[in-house]
Amino acid sequence: MKQDVYITDYNCVTPLGFDVSSNWDALLQGKSGVAKYKIIDSLDAFYASAIDHEKLEEEFNRNFERQDFTRLEKMFLLSLKPLIEKHTISEDTAFILSTTKGNISLLKNQTTLPEGVYLSRLAQKIADFFGFTTKPIVVSNACVSGVMAIAVAKNMIQAGRYKDAFVVAGDELSEFVISGFNSFQAIGSEPCQPYDKNRNGINIGEAAAAAYITSHPSENEKFRFKILGDSAVNDANHISGPSRTGDGLYASIKNAMTEAHVSPEQIDFISAHGTATLYNDEMEAIAFNRMELQHVPLNSMKAFYGHSLGASGLLESIISMESALHHTLLPSKNFKEMGVSHPLNIITENQTAEINYILKTASGFGGCNAAIVLEKC
Amino acid sequence: MQPLYWKNANVEFMKKINSCTIEHSKIIVNDEVIFESQAELFSDFAKEAYKSLHLNYPKFHKMDHLSKLAFLAAETLLQEDDHSSTAIVFANRSSSLDTDFKYQESINSQENYFPSPAVFVYTLPNICVGEISIKHHMQTENAFFVLDEFDEDFLNDYSRQILESGKAEKVLCGWTELYQESYKAFVYLLTL
Repeated sequence: MKQDVYITDYNCVTPLGFDVSSNWDALLQGKSGVAKYKIIDSLDAFYASAIDHEKLEEEFNRNFERQDFTRLEKMFLLSLKPLIEKHTISEDTAFILSTTKGNISLLKNQTTLPEGVYLSRLAQKIADFFGFTTKPIVVSNACVSGVMAIAVAKNMIQAGRYKDAFVVAGDELSEFVISGFNSFQAIGSEPCQPYDKNRNGINIGEAAAAAYITSHPSENEKFRFKILGDSAVNDANHISGPSRTGDGLYASIKNAMTEAHVSPEQIDFISAHGTATLYNDEMEAIAFNRMELQHVPLNSMKAFYGHSLGASGLLESIISMESALHHTLLPSKNFKEMGVSHPLNIITENQTAEINYILKTASGFGGCNAAIVLEKC
Repeated sequence: MQPLYWKNANVEFMKKINSCTIEHSKIIVNDEVIFESQAELFSDFAKEAYKSLHLNYPKFHKMDHLSKLAFLAAETLLQEDDHSSTAIVFANRSSSLDTDFKYQESINSQENYFPSPAVFVYTLPNICVGEISIKHHMQTENAFFVLDEFDEDFLNDYSRQILESGKAEKVLCGWTELYQESYKAFVYLLTL
């Protein structure tokens, strides 16, 4: 019998706020971090979701004295700090970091690799700062990394390797990533519109998020979400294009729900990936229908936060859990008219609901997909 | 090679069926050198290995170096068998920095600003897992970790969770590290 593993605490640092409650308030008011930003000198401004630089510096200086950190590292430190203050780090505590590109901005105009661009160095620096003694684990599976990081914590605790884990996920806006998605013509010309008829691409975002995951929750925890099941199945179809059949996402959801012993009727809410590219959203609609989940209320958070790559899966899981605690479903912002060929129950306004079982999904380059099922306890 | 057995913290045993090591322009399968080249550059070594293994998979030539390394190692172990229930769990130290560096060069200056989608897509370490999955139609569990050094216990513990939960019957597991001309693959197949 596998032991139960719970998420009992979390935090996030996003363009909408530097803690969970400020984020939640902003989301209830329908605020978005997406605006036009000049990121690459030679190109026009892009719609993206950015953290205000001065506010971030101010918040960091209020909380930390040391200054030898990159912007992304400051986001990681700020997101982790309140969790570290509440939960003890032991020799059985894992430190799991999810990111796609880490400090990639350090690479600009370099002739050799700066130490800081190594993801394991980045993770070690954060781990050392807070005094973790186990070796950091970096999860780098493109855009599913944040969801997978939760699954990795669960699986490694169940393997008996750790008792608990701090999971942190983050990526920042960079010329590197924006230029790359732009070369794919994947960036939307307007604030993104997941699942909408007029969607035409993603907005890149930046954020950091952190969660405390344990097999031994204390009596004093304000909430508990049990991680019931997880899976990450590859499409085996194309390295940069979503599957036409949704095979990998379908299989990931199916595996996760089978492990969770949860049926489609029991799922109360789906926090989907919904990047607002034509093919991704269509693929998701196919996969959800194959799983008979088309009636379940669903949203994408991308029009609030943009696509924060390695952070997105954890950030969106956290907002899902907040939804459950507040008995409130949030709308899929900017969605107006159905734009996928299979039916979905897309949430269009704030609404009250009892949420006990959450399905969180993600998909990304390399044909990867991930799904987890969470239960409010 | 005799299967290696070991016992992990929780009851179940795992078997290591076959293993492949690629380094210093050599491919070693189960302790036997199956290919060796005088080539000094990884790109030449990979091309020669591709021919020697009779791979006949033109997509190989479009892959970045990390994917070629991982792909070659996987080919020696997966062959033509049915791998519809074989998961992939890989790790390395340098992530996709080899291609990241090349991509960054293409956007460093405004005068020579030529970002290429074909290069950008390889700026993620898990792409090599996708390439292997496509070749062998493996719609299976996959994960890529970045670790400071090869940690077989960690990868095996993670693989064991996949096997014990019934999410796969085998796991193609291992270390696929490459940065410029420095590379090493050590990949093996695990079952319960």
